Amino acid sequence: MMNSQTDHRENVSAVKTPLKPMIEINNLRKAFGTQEVLRNVSLNLYNGENLVVLGKSGSGKSVLIKCMVRLLNYDSGTINVLGNEVSSLSMKELNELRMKVGFLFQSSALYDSMTVKQNLEFPLRRINKELNEKEIDDKIHEVLENVGLAESLNKMPSQLSGGMRKRISLARTIIVDPLIMLYDEPTTGLDPVTSDEISALINEVQKKYKTSSIIITHDIECARATANRVLMLKDGEVYLEGKIEDFNKSTDPLIKSFFK
Amino acid sequence: MKKLNPVPRMKSFVPSIREQSIRLSEKTMEEKEIASTFLLGVGDVTIFVKDIFKETFTRRFEFKEFLRQCYEIGNKSLPLIAVTGAIMGIVFTIQSRPSLAKFGAESMLPGMVAVSIIREIGPIITGLICAGKIGSGMGAELGSMKVTEQIDAMEVSATNPMKYLIVTRVIAATLMLPILVLFSDAFGIFGSWIGANMKGNVNLVLFFYQAFGAINFMDFFPAIIKTFFFGAVIGVVGCYKGYTAGRGTESVGIAANSAVVVSSLLVIIVDMIAVQITDMLQ
Repeated sequence: MMNSQTDHRENVSAVKTPLKPMIEINNLRKAFGTQEVLRNVSLNLYNGENLVVLGKSGSGKSVLIKCMVRLLNYDSGTINVLGNEVSSLSMKELNELRMKVGFLFQSSALYDSMTVKQNLEFPLRRINKELNEKEIDDKIHEVLENVGLAESLNKMPSQLSGGMRKRISLARTIIVDPLIMLYDEPTTGLDPVTSDEISALINEVQKKYKTSSIIITHDIECARATANRVLMLKDGEVYLEGKIEDFNKSTDPLIKSFFK
Repeated sequence: MKKLNPVPRMKSFVPSIREQSIRLSEKTMEEKEIASTFLLGVGDVTIFVKDIFKETFTRRFEFKEFLRQCYEIGNKSLPLIAVTGAIMGIVFTIQSRPSLAKFGAESMLPGMVAVSIIREIGPIITGLICAGKIGSGMGAELGSMKVTEQIDAMEVSATNPMKYLIVTRVIAATLMLPILVLFSDAFGIFGSWIGANMKGNVNLVLFFYQAFGAINFMDFFPAIIKTFFFGAVIGVVGCYKGYTAGRGTESVGIAANSAVVVSSLLVIIVDMIAVQITDMLQ
């Protein structure tokens, strides 16, 4: 199974990056009742890049990535993930797509009733059904080593600090070798040191697992540390898109208020 | 010529026709909103129950999680049910004894207590205790899973939360409640024997012989059948309230609380319907 996943990754990597984005969003619109949260949002995520989506709270960032894996249904526009139009997929097809997309939740979303080991086993057993016990144990140890928490195997989530929970959550996401990573506010609620560690971990994951990532954040330090490209949302619309240097140099008051 | 001050007009306390019609239309709108909220709620629950049925009979049943839920619901509720059942038996015996003694019918005490416990008191008390313990537990657990995005995490792990979380809990509650009621009945009759021995000396075997001698199939069978419905109602309401909880932490408390209130009320309504049906059949 691991081999087949590696093959799949190689196939994706072989795609000419500027021509075929991993995620392609066009004119996305999403409203809750009369409140329009996203208005004509268009973006592309290319192979191997980290795209940081910046914006104030309530600008529609989290809604945007939840629409990408159809945790929320959108009203109009198109979202194409790995060549699949998300809204037209059957439940089976959607689940197959979700296996290739890792999602790190803002609240870590570790299952409270399970130990760290069981949390890591949960997606692995469902996605790679033919793995034996030894392969599962090896994979768990590998990802825990990668996030630097090998000793936490039998702990309950309630025994972990905020930073540790984020790391375990990241381990649970990368354990299934996703092609795309979606990070929802990965450093929110963490101290500056732990935030830097998480940002470094995001970069390590990108290099080691060759993932393409969308990082939703309003933490500028995290954006500076991880971004290959930045897109800013304001009131549900794309305000500016470019390199981090463009944002650093900008004289726009809103951007300056972020990058001061 | 001196100008007279204009007499101030008295403010009328009788609302004008326009004011009255505005108030009436506001009231109508309020009632319309209440009615539409109620109907939407009924529709949501109906779809929820339909989804439970659909997921129960589609492939890959989450058997391991189902067993865990049976353990959580059944085994962990047993001490509470046993203690409550025994106390219920003791109290019922102590309270009934003087009345029976007045008519010289003390020998009917075991049979009367057994019939009362098996037909009504055991199922309803266990149902209400489980509505409190299991219903609130499900509401709070699923509500907090919703708030902390655990249900979303499950969904992106290609797992159907309806199948994994809801179906397993509802079936476990449906199957465990009759078993808990049987235990409650047994502890209730045993408690009754303790109650009878507080003012006398009654042999345990004789007591149970007299108690079970008074029970027939139609006392036992409908009482057990209705407890399946009690379990289903508690499971569905607890899961629905938790699964549809809002996003804030406050909604976890609301989900737990309303799960207890609604499932307790429904247990009593189901009991009333079951008694009517049993009465018609007898």
